[in-house]
Parts: sequence; C-alpha cells; structure tokens
Amino acid sequence: MRLLTHNMLSSNIKGVINGFPLRIEVEKVIEKQVDFNPDFLKNMFSKIDWKALADASKIMGYAELPEEVPDASVLDSDEFLQKFHHALLELHLEEGALVCPETGRRFPVNKGIPNMLLHEDEV
Amino acid sequence: MKLKQLESLLGNLQQFDNPKIELEQYPTGAHIASRMLYTAENSYGDVSDKVVADFGCGCGTLGLAATLLDAEHVIGVDVDDDSLEIASINADDLEVEMGLIQCQINNLNWRGQIVDTVVMNPPFGTRKKGADMEFLSVALKVASQAVYSLHKTTTREHIKRAALRDYNASSAEVICEVHILIHILLLYHNFDMICQNYTNFTRKKTLILLWTYGDLFLNQNNNLLHEKDIDVDF
Repeated sequence: MRLLTHNMLSSNIKGVINGFPLRIEVEKVIEKQVDFNPDFLKNMFSKIDWKALADASKIMGYAELPEEVPDASVLDSDEFLQKFHHALLELHLEEGALVCPETGRRFPVNKGIPNMLLHEDEV
Repeated sequence: MKLKQLESLLGNLQQFDNPKIELEQYPTGAHIASRMLYTAENSYGDVSDKVVADFGCGCGTLGLAATLLDAEHVIGVDVDDDSLEIASINADDLEVEMGLIQCQINNLNWRGQIVDTVVMNPPFGTRKKGADMEFLSVALKVASQAVYSLHKTTTREHIKRAALRDYNASSAEVICEVHILIHILLLYHNFDMICQNYTNFTRKKTLILLWTYGDLFLNQNNNLLHEKDIDVDF
C-alpha cells in the first residue's frame, strides 16, 4: 500500500468522527521504483494532507520530508519533488496494520492489501 | 498503446475460478474493458497521469487497463479476498502496480478529492437489490472528474435519472451500447469541475458522445463496424 492510498483512507467505523489519519503499524516496508512525474506531484501537492504524509513516511523509515506544510515554492525544487515522489509513491506498507485513531481498532495489512471490512456491529 | 494491444494484454488475464453468485462476479471481458478505458483516455483524457479507482474490481481487469494506459495511481476495491488475490497475480503478470483494498463499497470513507476517475463494472443488483445504485452513489462522491460504469440495459433510464437527481452527476450519457453483452456503458461527467479547467469542453464532449456511440456500435457477430475509426485521435 502506497502512502498516497493511506492519505485518503480514514476509519469507516460507524460513529467515528476523527478517523483520519489512520496510525500505521509497520512490520514490513518495501520500496518499488516508479517513473518520476513532476506534473502529477505538483497537482497532488494541494490535494494531500501533508502532515499525514510526513508522519506516515517517518514511521515507514523515511524522515526526509519537512514536518510542517512547506510553502508551494518548494515545488520548483527538483530535490524536494524527488523526496515527495519517493514518500508518496515508492514506499509501500507490505505487512502491518492501520489503526483507527479514535477507537484503536486495527485494520490488518497483508501482502500490501489493507482489510477495511467492518464487523456487523461497526456499520 | 493501441486498442488491439490493450485488448490482447487484458485477454491474457486470469479470471474467476469459481464466481460467487451472491456477489454477481461476472468477469469484465477484454473486449469491453479495453474499449471502455481506451475511450476514457483518448476521448476524455481521464486516465493517463490520473488517480483511478476500480470499484468491485474483481480480477482487476478495468483497473489494470488503466495502469496500462499510464494512470499514475490505480486502486482496486473489492470485498472478496479470492478476487483480490487474482487481481494481485494479474498485476504481477503485467508487471504493473495496482493498489488493492478489501472493503465494502458502501463503507468506503475516503478523504479529499484525490481520486479523479472511477471505473467499474458493478453488480447489476439482481441478487442484492440496489447494489448497483450503492456503487454509483459512492463512485459519484469519490470521483472528482468522471465515473465510467457498466449497467444492464433495462436499468438505463432509472440510472440516468437517479444519477442526475440524487447523486449530483452534472450529466449522464450513454456512450456505448453493446447489445451482445447486454451491457451499456454510461458516462457520468462532473461538468462543473471540468468547466473550471476547460471552458469549451462541454459542447465538444456532447459531440464526441454521439460520434462515439456510432463508432462503437457492434454488429451481430460482435465485431466493431468501424473499428479503424477508433484509432482516430480526437
């Protein structure tokens, strides 16, 4: 699971108000190289939740992103875009879990696939 | 990538071993999947460099077609772990990256406007009444640009009405009717969104829809009548 996916997932349990971002429990992280697409990254920059991405990448062992939302002028820097690219698209949570920040409910991640199925009493 | 090449790659994908009737797991054929995504890309620019979600992805055919047409990030969602496993194998075979999530569509709770396009071959609702409408409702919430969806011919008017009236679609058009497969390809475009970027797009799109309908019409032998026209870059 890429961190771009993590950036849009939130706890879907009924009644949960602050279900985002899901806390990541890491068992195994893998990296898969993909082509660098600066235009895509510039477009994504305004759509993603920066803090969630920076925190998630740090937990995954990549601490190169600034913790606070950077000014949009950083998008002119190739070095910044490369780091953003790596965190957003190349880091994968292969094994571990996503944890609801409000209830502590764990959603397991196996072979890179998060299981977000809810139990009957959660819908 | 040429349409024929796309269809041929999709034709090699593994499909369901034991389709689950309660989940209406009929496979999406390579023929219609390739045309659906090819049209989405070449007529509307809704695939390459985009974030695409495949709802009820099953073995992943539509989502994988999106990756082959250079979508930047593709996420397949399905409730069934057997399907997700096949989708994952199919992605490995094609050497492409497709994110997968196990979730019920009506329990998705996605944040923000990250997804551009949703492609799907949802359950027709023959086993679980209203399943098709649940998929549509969520898809139209999640997609910031367009939803491409396959539906049964008999539900066509109902779906168009509901999409416009209840689900905030700004337009709902049938772009392709495939009689042999009793599928109708519907296109929902969020024109408000698109008009901000392309001021003249609305009218152009209407013209394209009519043209596409003619181009993709099939004869009784399931062959395209004007296949060569599809390669035209409009």
